[in-house]
Amino acid sequence: MAERVMMKGNEAVAEGAIRAGCRYFFGYPITPQNEVPEYMSRRLPKIGGVFIQAESEVSAINMVYGAGGAGGRAMTSSSSPGISLKQEGISYIATAEVPCVIVNMARGGPGLGGLTPSQSDYFQAVKGGGHGDYHLIVLAPWSVQEMVDLVGLAFDLADKYRNPAMILGDAILGQMMEPVTFKSEPIDPKDLPAKPWATVGLSGERKPNLINSLGLLPEHLESINLRLQEKYKKIAENEVRFEGTDVDDADLVVVAYGTTSRVAKSAIDQARKDGKKVGLFRPITLWPFPTKQIQELAAAGKRFLVVEMSAGQMVEDVRLAVNGEASVEFFGKLNGAIPTVEEVYREIMSRF
Amino acid sequence: MAKVIFDSERCKGCELCVSVCPRGIIRMSNTLNSQGYHSAEVVEQDKCISCAFCARICPDTVIEVYRETKGKVS
Amino acid sequence: MEQVFGRPKALSEKRLHYCPGCTHGIIHRLVAEAIDDLGIQDKTIGVAPVGCAVLAYDYFNLDFQQAAHGRAPAVATGIKRVLPDRFVFTYQGDGDLASIGMAEIVHAAARGEKITVIFINNAIYGMTGGQMAPTSLPGQKTTTSPYGRDINTVGYPIRVAEMLTTLDGPAYISRVSVHDPKHINKAKEAIRKAFEVQIQGLGFSLVEVLSTCPTNWGLSPREALKWLEENMIPYYPLGVFKSPEEVSKVGA
Ligand SMILES: Cc1ncc(C[n+]2csc(CCOP(=O)(O)OP(=O)(O)O)c2C)c(N)n1
Ligand code: SF4
Ligand code: SF4
Ligand code: SF4
Repeated sequence: MAERVMMKGNEAVAEGAIRAGCRYFFGYPITPQNEVPEYMSRRLPKIGGVFIQAESEVSAINMVYGAGGAGGRAMTSSSSPGISLKQEGISYIATAEVPCVIVNMARGGPGLGGLTPSQSDYFQAVKGGGHGDYHLIVLAPWSVQEMVDLVGLAFDLADKYRNPAMILGDAILGQMMEPVTFKSEPIDPKDLPAKPWATVGLSGERKPNLINSLGLLPEHLESINLRLQEKYKKIAENEVRFEGTDVDDADLVVVAYGTTSRVAKSAIDQARKDGKKVGLFRPITLWPFPTKQIQELAAAGKRFLVVEMSAGQMVEDVRLAVNGEASVEFFGKLNGAIPTVEEVYREIMSRF
Repeated sequence: MAKVIFDSERCKGCELCVSVCPRGIIRMSNTLNSQGYHSAEVVEQDKCISCAFCARICPDTVIEVYRETKGKVS
Repeated sequence: MEQVFGRPKALSEKRLHYCPGCTHGIIHRLVAEAIDDLGIQDKTIGVAPVGCAVLAYDYFNLDFQQAAHGRAPAVATGIKRVLPDRFVFTYQGDGDLASIGMAEIVHAAARGEKITVIFINNAIYGMTGGQMAPTSLPGQKTTTSPYGRDINTVGYPIRVAEMLTTLDGPAYISRVSVHDPKHINKAKEAIRKAFEVQIQGLGFSLVEVLSTCPTNWGLSPREALKWLEENMIPYYPLGVFKSPEEVSKVGA
């Protein structure tokens, strides 16, 4: 049943989306994610879907807003500067509660930056990014396999909570090739649950449906925000995902996600061989963040080393979780550089 | 029977209807509606020719227009 | 007695928030009348702009999406591509469409997106308090051109209908006005044609409607209609700029 194929991360996320029932893709070229729109432009027209190369990222995200609001499983992908442009639309989408998936194959910033992989869009992804109090569900794959698995999950969570979901990858994850297994049968969009709130044209006696983010009256705006915060609480309670490796007996827990968690994993394996009690804690959902789980590790007396490809962003969430109960140190490489296994190994060893 | 009916609560007193009535029979009433506007009205209903110019130009869809059905006395 | 004029079904009962005499209200009604005439109320989805018409969704008995400033054509594109057998229209002001949203409208038109655009040209930014619009006339005083629009420093107004007519994507483009009952009737015809073009799947359609903003023009509603006729129409000539043969001509 399960098919096993070699794929690039960018193609895998595209194929994974199609298999999750996504039929509407709107994008704009930017390296290092161009294989995503290219793949979609080949596949979607053949299966009754729609691919549009929009005039800008601004347009692309607003097409997603329209398509998602009309009930379709819609997606856009981009890389850091393009994701910045999408923020206005993402804020509207989050507030109007339109389900959709946004892929960021992050590259080095700030500004035009460069094409190296990066994790410096973490704040933008998990703290909102655009204006207002809102959250995306942010999933961080660490392998090509997880590109497929998490993009399917992203669509399901987006629909379940009527909330935009983001796949936060990077230039390496998008470009690398790995074997992928497609575990489940592709979803036929016709079999997806109905969306009675979608704007599809009035039918029967129902009142008009409205996709909207305007709250002119203070009490209306407050009620929108209360509703959103209530939903975020529910998501935070139910949808935290993470992976712990060798954490139970560890004195030092390395916290890393995505590409750096792969590097950290190799470094930890090496340090374990040297008899060091070190483990890996890998958040899979960056929002909701596994705050409680990290708290518990801190309470159990563990120390933390956070590894990122940034000046230190996720480390702030780890510190918030730990709340002064344990030591949290940081090792990061600024954009342009990638941490090596050897470097992380040395960082680990210097803490024993 | 009235040929032009004003939903005066919706009227904003803009007088556009007054400006287009070919019979000059629309006038602004002395009383204020609950929005605080002097609403438009027609007293001499029999002079109305049911042209609906007033209703066409009214931005607030205040006005309904009727005409006598031919051959029938209503 | 028989009714010769009443409230269209596609228009809701909600009282409009527009200023007294603002012609946004007339144009809303014309859109609703066209939808009624064509019997497409249950198949039509509207997209509201940011501008004075931001609450347009309250005034129609239709499914609606509210778009970010200028982005309505992109949102409409998304809706139409998911629901190709429904009818999608945007309702946009001149700041929304011709300034911040210029890229979205040009590319939706160029793609021949099968949507209908109702473009309200009132030569000013109404909602934010009367600032200069890309359509403000040379010499026109606004709150950000207090000495009159100086073409030497801020350039010229944009004639959107003519500009989009240079593209191959649009099937129907016209400019109409609502300053008197006769022109209101023609505007209604044009709006209906624009929807017919969409129903027939012929391509992108846009009606530019010259409209008033008595409040920010500093004129009474009646004076505003006169100002439109005397100042706007000479700069923005009325007429049909593009029409497929299958769609009969609308006189301007
Ligand atoms: C991104 C963004 N920039 C600016 C605004 C503020 N704004 C609201 S309405 C508007 C102009 C509206 O003018 P127009 O489109 O001509 O419509 P009108 O109000 O005249 O009908 C502006 C600039 C906004 N809401 N969003
Ligand atoms: S229907 Fe014609 S004649 Fe009658 S009140 Fe209105 S504008 Fe005047
Ligand atoms: S046009 Fe309409 S709103 Fe204006 S005065 Fe006449 S009835 Fe009232
Ligand atoms: S500000 Fe101008 S455009 Fe806006 S409602 Fe008032 S008159 Fe109309």
